[in-house]
Amino acid sequence: MSDITSQSLSSLVKNIKEKKLSSEEVTTAFVNRSEKSKELNSYITEDFSNAIDKAKKFDEKPNLDLKLPGIPMAVKDLFCTKDIRTTAGSKILENFIPTYESTVTQNIWNEGAILLGKLNCDEFAMGSSNETSFYGNVQNPIDKGLVPGGSSGGSAAAVSGQLTPITIGTDTGGSIRQPASFTGTVGLKPTYGRISRHGLIAYASSFDQIGPFTNEVEDSALLLEVMAGADDYDSTASSKAVDGYTSFTEEKNLKIAVIKESYEMEGIDPEVKARMKELTDGLILDGHEVEYVSFPYLDYMVPTYYVLTTAEASSNLSRFDGVHYGYRNTEAKGVEETYKKSRSQGFGPEVKRRIMAGTFILSHGYYDAYYTKGQKVRRVLQDKTDEILSKFDFIMLPTTPTTAFEVDSVSDPITMYLQDIFTVHANLTGNPAVSIPIGQHSNGMPFGMQVIGNHFEEKRMLNFSRQLEKKGVEA
Amino acid sequence: MSIDLKTIKHISKLSRISVDEQKAEKLADDLNSIFKFIEKLNELNTDKVEPLTSVAETTLKFRSDEVKNQNIREQIIKNSPEDNEDFFVVPKVVE
Repeated sequence: MSDITSQSLSSLVKNIKEKKLSSEEVTTAFVNRSEKSKELNSYITEDFSNAIDKAKKFDEKPNLDLKLPGIPMAVKDLFCTKDIRTTAGSKILENFIPTYESTVTQNIWNEGAILLGKLNCDEFAMGSSNETSFYGNVQNPIDKGLVPGGSSGGSAAAVSGQLTPITIGTDTGGSIRQPASFTGTVGLKPTYGRISRHGLIAYASSFDQIGPFTNEVEDSALLLEVMAGADDYDSTASSKAVDGYTSFTEEKNLKIAVIKESYEMEGIDPEVKARMKELTDGLILDGHEVEYVSFPYLDYMVPTYYVLTTAEASSNLSRFDGVHYGYRNTEAKGVEETYKKSRSQGFGPEVKRRIMAGTFILSHGYYDAYYTKGQKVRRVLQDKTDEILSKFDFIMLPTTPTTAFEVDSVSDPITMYLQDIFTVHANLTGNPAVSIPIGQHSNGMPFGMQVIGNHFEEKRMLNFSRQLEKKGVEA
Repeated sequence: MSIDLKTIKHISKLSRISVDEQKAEKLADDLNSIFKFIEKLNELNTDKVEPLTSVAETTLKFRSDEVKNQNIREQIIKNSPEDNEDFFVVPKVVE
């Protein structure tokens, strides 16, 4: 079958279960495609020959009751994988080989999936274009002069370029949804606490969430089922029962809130805006109610996000000290100089900038003015979001104001931070959100739209997203 | 609030990240524009708002306080840049 790499996860699973394809055939197809697509720079570490061995082993005694039977997949290089190098896109972890497996990847392997390799990302997930990675930038498979988005840029490019049928990434301020929008893929950020973060290299712990990248909503639902659940090693992982996300029903008479300020924002691409209107008009024709509601805090979102995430990052990244693991400068004299030289040489400029901003925010005399203030605004944002979602079933808004931009075209940090203006919302409030590809711009690039749901209502959110996805196909 | 070179030095010390003198001014400029951007939050009156510390709905669970000897000493030091079987090794601290 020559078109193996263009199949959705569900059709690959079906073909393997019906023995029309073997795991080896599927794995080899994705390995070959990955080998031919090196210029994308999607991978940091490849594990191809092991993957093919594991596939052969699977085929010898296939367990077809598993949810991901013999399915190969690459994952973002931010998840600890036992005995496989894990870099977080940083020089400081260039030689780091975890001695344990992250809960989320273990859950995936338990259902039969096979690791292809580790995917490129912005250093410690800090970036919106995959340009802060120590291992180089990633090309957007649709137009190679453009960025794939970030921080999970390698993940998005790998699914879009058919190097892997599915993948997982992390989303702290939009790092799954923004690259999904830039590459025409589905990107899901579940509710904070739905998936264990044990073994995920931390950026900002009260924001970080793990989620899937797929070609179809149905496949994200399946992957979420596999990934979600309680974990003794992460006290924030919810013990709420995991829904059967893959049984879909069509809901009628839904009430949808469109955030007026995002729709009317200066700088939003007119085609993104027009497509949004077209979609919501279509929903009205289908009998749903759509209302443009005001969320008067749009300008406060990214500043709040930066206060809190840089503070958390400065604390989380203090563990990289050149002593316990990771890069060490061996010329340093004394332990203090070892810390300083190892960190200064091991971290890249954006990571250093954020650590230093966060250090200042948490420093004596400024903590209340910045950090506590940020936490207060975070509550204002959450209360307002809860209020909207108590009256409406979902919130809809664009994923990004524009389509993917050119490599090296954004040098000002704040302009880059504003990339996340529509995505940080769900991280600040903990709500689940998904980006679905809904259109193609006249410039040839795809773009997505987000649906935000109530906490732990992923099932309904994915149901509705599937309806929207069909509309995207019709257009 | 304006971040000057003295503040940069202070943050550099706290964060254990050195800053080249040539780059200090550029960093101060970057941080100043970031903080100017952040200070937009002061427009919002939050006098009666309690800080939100976590968006997780779960209340933390209790577990029994058991010693689980996993015997993973070797794993713990496996990735250290320098060790002598049982300990992490750092440059000499005390003469």
